[in-house]
Amino acid sequence: MAMKKTKLETMELNGRTVKIHEGPVGVYRTAGSVVFDVFNYVFVGLIALTTVLPIIYIIFNSFATEFELTTRSMFIIPHTWSVDAYTYIFSSNKILRSFGNSILITVAGTAINLFFTVTFAYALSKKYLRGRNIILNLVIISMFFSAGMIPGYIVVASWLRLRGTYWALLLPGAISAYNMMIVKNFFQGIPAELEESANLDGCNDLQTLWKIVLPLSGPVLATFGLFYAVGHWNSYFPAMIYLTDDKMYPLQLILRNIIVTAEAAAGDMSLMDPNFVEPPKQSIKMAVIVVATVPIMCVYPFLQKYFVKGVMVGALKG
Amino acid sequence: MTAVKKTSAPAHKKTSFAVEFKKHPWLYIMLIPGLLYFIIFKYIPMVFLPIAFENYVPFSGMLGSQWVGLKWFEYFFKSSWWRYLSNTLVLSVMSIAFTFPAPIILALLLNEMRSLHYKKITQTLLYVPHFISIVIVVSITYVIFGTDGIIYKLTTQLLGHSVDYLGDPKIFRWMIVGQNIWKETGWGTIIFLAALTNVDTQLYEAAMIDGANRAQRLWHITLPAIRSTIVLMLVLRMGSVLDTGYEHLILMANSLNRTVSQTLDVFVYQSGIQNAQYSYASAVGLMKSVVSVVLVVSANKIAHALGEDGLY
Repeated sequence: MAMKKTKLETMELNGRTVKIHEGPVGVYRTAGSVVFDVFNYVFVGLIALTTVLPIIYIIFNSFATEFELTTRSMFIIPHTWSVDAYTYIFSSNKILRSFGNSILITVAGTAINLFFTVTFAYALSKKYLRGRNIILNLVIISMFFSAGMIPGYIVVASWLRLRGTYWALLLPGAISAYNMMIVKNFFQGIPAELEESANLDGCNDLQTLWKIVLPLSGPVLATFGLFYAVGHWNSYFPAMIYLTDDKMYPLQLILRNIIVTAEAAAGDMSLMDPNFVEPPKQSIKMAVIVVATVPIMCVYPFLQKYFVKGVMVGALKG
Repeated sequence: MTAVKKTSAPAHKKTSFAVEFKKHPWLYIMLIPGLLYFIIFKYIPMVFLPIAFENYVPFSGMLGSQWVGLKWFEYFFKSSWWRYLSNTLVLSVMSIAFTFPAPIILALLLNEMRSLHYKKITQTLLYVPHFISIVIVVSITYVIFGTDGIIYKLTTQLLGHSVDYLGDPKIFRWMIVGQNIWKETGWGTIIFLAALTNVDTQLYEAAMIDGANRAQRLWHITLPAIRSTIVLMLVLRMGSVLDTGYEHLILMANSLNRTVSQTLDVFVYQSGIQNAQYSYASAVGLMKSVVSVVLVVSANKIAHALGEDGLY
């Protein structure tokens, strides 16, 4: 930020004297403008910090001893470092198993999402497809009117009898209509000549999709694959209402049970270990939060551009 | 989300479906999984809507259950329905009043930044909370605002008395709105920043020569440029006025804040899934869905009246 002239400048234009204020390009700057800039940088910077401060605070505090957490009133960096909370978490089957479950649900769910979304979007991207308009209207109507939570629950639980299986978590959200429409629009933008020449070479539509269209759709697939994956990793509600066996619970649901409903961190562990001592509660909570947040945090910086691109595509074409 | 245009291709009209299918068999096969998905998970549930007028028992099925007409609707309006509706509306109005303008203001502030480097770093940080699950957001809240938490201890010292952030019904809605602002404001700026990149910079230069100051340029160029995006987002938001985010609310709800945390969709979850009163909950859910459609259609009409494209 260069502190330049603070008084108004004028210039001659077509024989007229006009005042010039600085623009986005910014040449001359008024005092008010400079004050605003300083305020703006500080203010937005502070807001940006508040997004990560709670997380940083929890990461540091999760390495504090339970004694320090209960006795010292307020602190960010602990005096004594301890990995007790983590040792405790990773010695319990519950957290590790749910971590594995979450990975399984995320991988399988994203694969199902992409398969359903891509095949449906590709078929609907062809304007000569019979019944295309009817199907597209069905999709659009479903975006605005839904039967509600209970009929959906009855279909999954009573009609399809998927309760207690992972299918109940994976199938009901197999396609996001919104994502599918964006992928369809993207497919429509691929030059028809490319696909036609593949057809002339004897490729059927499936081979064309696989060999020509998908290799051109890398960034789009990455973006929507990531959106779907984050959705699966972060979801707890379907698991809570459909899963019956707590050995199948994903991490988010375990986290909810530990913190929100204050269920004991590892009921199964106290049974295994006769010398079991009362778990360090606050530090355990913090450590579980860290374990659940870190995977997303680790991949986020590398994937940020794909996420933003996805919203941009949706904003411009949707 | 544009309405589907009729593609009238006379050449295709004459051929039968069998001929078309032979030409593109894989295309029609590819259609099957997605079509099945929409039928099974979006339209079959609508077939189950009549259970709102029945005394539905899963064992007997929809056809075998007893028809009770409008019983559940009457039952609902004899209950404390007003509390559920007002909780829903108050929370929605608060969230539109505070969480809707927040990303617009932040996007405008980001747009005024000259240092692209600084802007990029702040944006990277601002997008982070969007990817944090609601369970973690609520967990962080519990840990920070709970009786062992840093904010709880800090306000106790400053105010001299403790504040029950997690139980006090007067604070509940502010906590929900605050969590939503923290989680989604940064991410919400993207769509407005995208609209702002389309503004012709010549407009600013011309305005400068005409002597427009920074505030005037913001008011006369930047805001009009994102006006249609704002209207579109508002129309979309109107359609979900009755959705208060039950996945979020049920995590924050407890016996102390019940009077304010029970909104319509929380009620549907509690009565339908927790208490297995399928018919009652479906009836309430059905009313909610119908009102939502009416709201989005009217909001869209208003958008058209304002000379905007709206949703369709």
